[in-house]
Amino acid sequence: MSTHAEAAIVGLTHGGSEDTGLGQRGPASKSIVVPYGFWLFVLSDMVLFSALFATYASLVHATDGGPITNQVFHRDLVAVETIALLVSSFVCGLAMITAKRANMFWTQVWLLVTALLGLVFLYIEISEFAGMIAIGAAPQRSAFLSAFFTLVGCHGLHVTCGLLWIGTMMAQIWAKGFQPHIVRRLLCLSVFWHALDIIWVAIFTIVYLIGTLP
Amino acid sequence: MFGRLTWDAIPFNQPIPLITSLVVIAVLGAVAIWITVNKWWPYLWNEYITSTDHKRIGIMYIVLALVMLVRGFADAIMMRAQQSLAIGQSQGYLPPEHYNQIFSAHGTIMIFFVAMPFVIGFMNFVVPLQLGVRDVAFPTMNNVSFWLTASGVLLVNMSLFLGEFARTGWLAFPPLSEKAFSPGVGVDYYLVALQISGVGTLLTGVNFVTTILKTRAPGMSYMRMPVFCWTALASNLLIIAAFPVLTVTLALLMLDRYLGFHFFTNDGGGNSMLYMNLIWVWGHPEVYILVLPAFGIYSEVVSTFSGKPLFGYRSMVFATLAICILAFTVWLHHFFTMGAGADVNAFFGIASMLIGIPTGVKIYNWLFTMYGGRVRFNVPMYYAIGFMLTFVIGGLTGVLLAIPPVDFIVHNSLFLVAHFHQVIIGGVVFAVMAGYTYWFPKAFGFTLDERLGKAVFWCWFIGFHLAFMPLYVLGFWGATRRMQHIPDPTWAPLLNIALVGAAIIGLGIALTVVQLIYSINTRDQRRDVTGDPWDGRTLEWLTLSPPPHYNFAVLPDVHGEEAYWTRKQTAIKLDKLIDEPNYQPIEMPLNTPVGVICAFFASVCGFAIIWYIWWLAILGLIGAFAIFVWYAWRDEHEHIIPLEEVRENARERRRIRMEHLHELSQST
Amino acid sequence: MECKTNGTAICPRSCCVGLILQAGGGFVNSLECHGRWVRNRILLWPTLTLLLSACNHGILDPVGPVGAQEKQLLINSTAIMLAIIIPTMIATVGVAFWFRRGNAKAEYRPDWEYSGAIEMVVWSIPALTIMLLGGIAWIGSHDLEPSKPLPSKNPPLKVDVVSLDWKWLFIYPDQGVATVNQLVVPAGTPVSFRLTSATVWNSFFVPQMGTMIYTMPRMTTRLNLEADKPGVYNGLSSHFSGDGFPGMQFQVQALPADQFAMWAQSAHGAALRLDGAGYAELSKPSSYVRPMTYGTVVPGLFDAIVANRAPPNPAPPPAHNPPAPAGV
Repeated sequence: MSTHAEAAIVGLTHGGSEDTGLGQRGPASKSIVVPYGFWLFVLSDMVLFSALFATYASLVHATDGGPITNQVFHRDLVAVETIALLVSSFVCGLAMITAKRANMFWTQVWLLVTALLGLVFLYIEISEFAGMIAIGAAPQRSAFLSAFFTLVGCHGLHVTCGLLWIGTMMAQIWAKGFQPHIVRRLLCLSVFWHALDIIWVAIFTIVYLIGTLP
Repeated sequence: MFGRLTWDAIPFNQPIPLITSLVVIAVLGAVAIWITVNKWWPYLWNEYITSTDHKRIGIMYIVLALVMLVRGFADAIMMRAQQSLAIGQSQGYLPPEHYNQIFSAHGTIMIFFVAMPFVIGFMNFVVPLQLGVRDVAFPTMNNVSFWLTASGVLLVNMSLFLGEFARTGWLAFPPLSEKAFSPGVGVDYYLVALQISGVGTLLTGVNFVTTILKTRAPGMSYMRMPVFCWTALASNLLIIAAFPVLTVTLALLMLDRYLGFHFFTNDGGGNSMLYMNLIWVWGHPEVYILVLPAFGIYSEVVSTFSGKPLFGYRSMVFATLAICILAFTVWLHHFFTMGAGADVNAFFGIASMLIGIPTGVKIYNWLFTMYGGRVRFNVPMYYAIGFMLTFVIGGLTGVLLAIPPVDFIVHNSLFLVAHFHQVIIGGVVFAVMAGYTYWFPKAFGFTLDERLGKAVFWCWFIGFHLAFMPLYVLGFWGATRRMQHIPDPTWAPLLNIALVGAAIIGLGIALTVVQLIYSINTRDQRRDVTGDPWDGRTLEWLTLSPPPHYNFAVLPDVHGEEAYWTRKQTAIKLDKLIDEPNYQPIEMPLNTPVGVICAFFASVCGFAIIWYIWWLAILGLIGAFAIFVWYAWRDEHEHIIPLEEVRENARERRRIRMEHLHELSQST
Repeated sequence: MECKTNGTAICPRSCCVGLILQAGGGFVNSLECHGRWVRNRILLWPTLTLLLSACNHGILDPVGPVGAQEKQLLINSTAIMLAIIIPTMIATVGVAFWFRRGNAKAEYRPDWEYSGAIEMVVWSIPALTIMLLGGIAWIGSHDLEPSKPLPSKNPPLKVDVVSLDWKWLFIYPDQGVATVNQLVVPAGTPVSFRLTSATVWNSFFVPQMGTMIYTMPRMTTRLNLEADKPGVYNGLSSHFSGDGFPGMQFQVQALPADQFAMWAQSAHGAALRLDGAGYAELSKPSSYVRPMTYGTVVPGLFDAIVANRAPPNPAPPPAHNPPAPAGV
């Protein structure tokens, strides 16, 4: 075998790498790496919510003689919240489509609608919390209520951060246009927003639906 | 205006914290003045503090860990001294209020601010080099992670001179850690510091999993990665899966303390058993987060210093991933005595033993790596062999503890304390000392002094055994942990032996400092000219020492396992380097102050939360958000390293390598 | 043999690195020169450990069936594992020493990195060991489950245990008396405990009797122990509970059955009453409390404590009482 061929086999020439079965062509591009990393972060957030769900499940019957689920949950309010959040997810998707097309006006519009729907969700949630506190079902009343307020409140806090993020992105797109790194951030934002939706589905099933079974 | 912060917070009437605080402030002040006088601030700011270079960040983590090792050790020797003095009639020199803070601080600092930064520091420095890439996936986030950890360090140490630290042990179990039984600021310092640094650690997890799975040199498939990278992957997967649980658990305790919630309180339906479960669901994976990279370091060291590839690579990978998964199935073994019943206890006991299987396999694979090798007894190899002897005993005591009825008589005793120190010191500490010696020349361009290094090893090895073997016996005698006062005078001789052992470890730590200073002063005698002082086998030894900012002029093509070794051997055989590649200008991320500024605001916010200064907490939060937005607004993300510079550096490296190659070719 | 550190024929101590090593004395030598010697020293430790352990009143000196079985489990498991670990440690040092770079007699096999046979053995040894120990763990966990009553011809003595800040309260519901920091039991009779805590977690532990168990507020744990021979045994709390924790020592007095009956009789005469006021007084934070006896106990006190209906316990202040003088 010639020296060159031998050398090539062990990589002493630059012929690029042969296929190694897992397609290792070198470091992936930013457009893959950034969303991948963000997905990992979202997964860690799911773990966070799992711990809160586990806490809620352990404490749902620890009412200390105070209000129980049936007495404080109102399904109709929750239905409106859910619709608001689901629609906002859809609208967020629309914003991503128009962003890919670099359409400034419609991207801003859809982002604004997403935020407004998020605000509707938050408004209803805060009213629910205020109402419960007013009738004595405050988080300080019992372990069940502490767990409820924390689980649902943590989700609400994430929604609030999402709204702040939407506002910042709207400003940034306005000021700088649809540069690649900004569109990547928008993609991460939409992943975040959809993930919040998924968590909300789990919340309203486990907390509200199961909690208000007769 | 200042919440509950008053002049009483300063420990004027407690001599030990007061004097310690004054000394620490004086030393910090002296260091700051020394830096200023030498005009080193611009260098430090540009080259380290705002650096997004994984190598610099790794070094900062390790410096942080070494400094906190001194603090953690000081706590340890104070505890040993107290237990030697406070026997029978004597109450020693530390009243319980103080002693209880010391053992809580000792554990908290050693786990969160010594072991974690050490291990993360090594992963930072080594993984991108071994993967053959220029940096981690998210270099700026890496910088932020470090500074958030530093913020945690700052807050924990602040408790020395402002207020107090937690008096609950390093895991702050309720109800003792609830407001009713710990009304002071101590537990709040603990909670806030860990929450802030926990965010940093979680970001590190995301960063490294992305780096290892998505950014490797061309041709480096999974089964061609060095084992250290596999263990780093497993450790960071554990971080992503476990740290959110810690965040939740500490947050729930904070809600109890700050807002009167009832998660773990004695009233309102709270359940303190829930905390036990949650904290150990995090706590057990945490120790594997620490020990897996340690195993990775040993794999690198044993293979390099035996002159052989690691035995059973696939087995090692499989064992690593098995440990990673099993880590989540064993948490209940930390509270067998809570009374969960025989079936539950037995299940978790057996699961805990199962982890011993892949660990045992690893030990044998290291053994067979040495078999048929040519073992060189440099300092890292001392630690590797010391580890193999020490850790297996720790494993034995661990499996003992995994048998519920045995645990029923040794739980929480000094036997347990000896066990976990055995596995952590034998496993993690020896590994970081080995790694420190092994990778020091790569980081700084010269090796550490060998003689002093061996002296340090012996101090650790002998000191450890003297300090902890007596504790096994004391555990059998019925001694429990966390005792400020010793009821039985017959325990005194063993406790005194333990004190001597601790002092010898202290000598080892002091000698480490001496070794560093001496090595720096005599560095010209031990320059690492070629970049490969140990005849290494992985890609970090391809670069010069220290590597250029961008690591590699051209990302190496990887063919087969042990990318660097095969390349080196072929080069020696053919007496030529690979053809000169086409150099290109290289884009590297810019430095950024966002990490240190964000951490500053996080510290302000954290401090304010601890002392109930609500307006300051809000300002801190706003500041952190604002700096983030400011950073996000920048237009320049990268700077370009010009082609000439890349080419000059690369040609210099090739020239040095060719010389070295000729020498090696002549001698074979 | 030749010392590879400096090539001298014998390996004098001065060749070995670091003067500090000489100061360290007998344990210290360079691995290159005295590998086998170091290995022997390492074996010394487990032996010494076991020898030293026998001469004190701890878990290796059990006085009842529970403790005795647990000690046996401990020793058996340790022996099984030592049988694997000691050869491994010897092999580690032996292989490292034999295959040292200076040894021309050792065969250098730089490409040997896999062997299916070795892998099979290397996975099997730990796996089989763990299977054996796992079986032991399963059976042991069920046999020694704390809540399982002990077989005996005598009916068990019932004791309710409450951990307070920072002392132990023992209520004897059938005898109608209570003691603090002193547990009196008949020898040869199983004791059936119900345990709880008034404040924070503790752990009830009498090393010579065996199994410990947590005490947790608002919860009841159960434990069954027995002291076969009369004697005095030390007890403590093995879960850290705050500033007064070191003072939570107590003593177990195992009396012959007839003497126990006499003690219960005379205890009735004690002046102290454990009623609401008495309990409130006892609840005040204190440590290193001298043993006390209550002649009367209000019925249902234990259940009231578990249900949080007993007089509330104020938050503990930082100070605690000084220790009792020796001999008391």
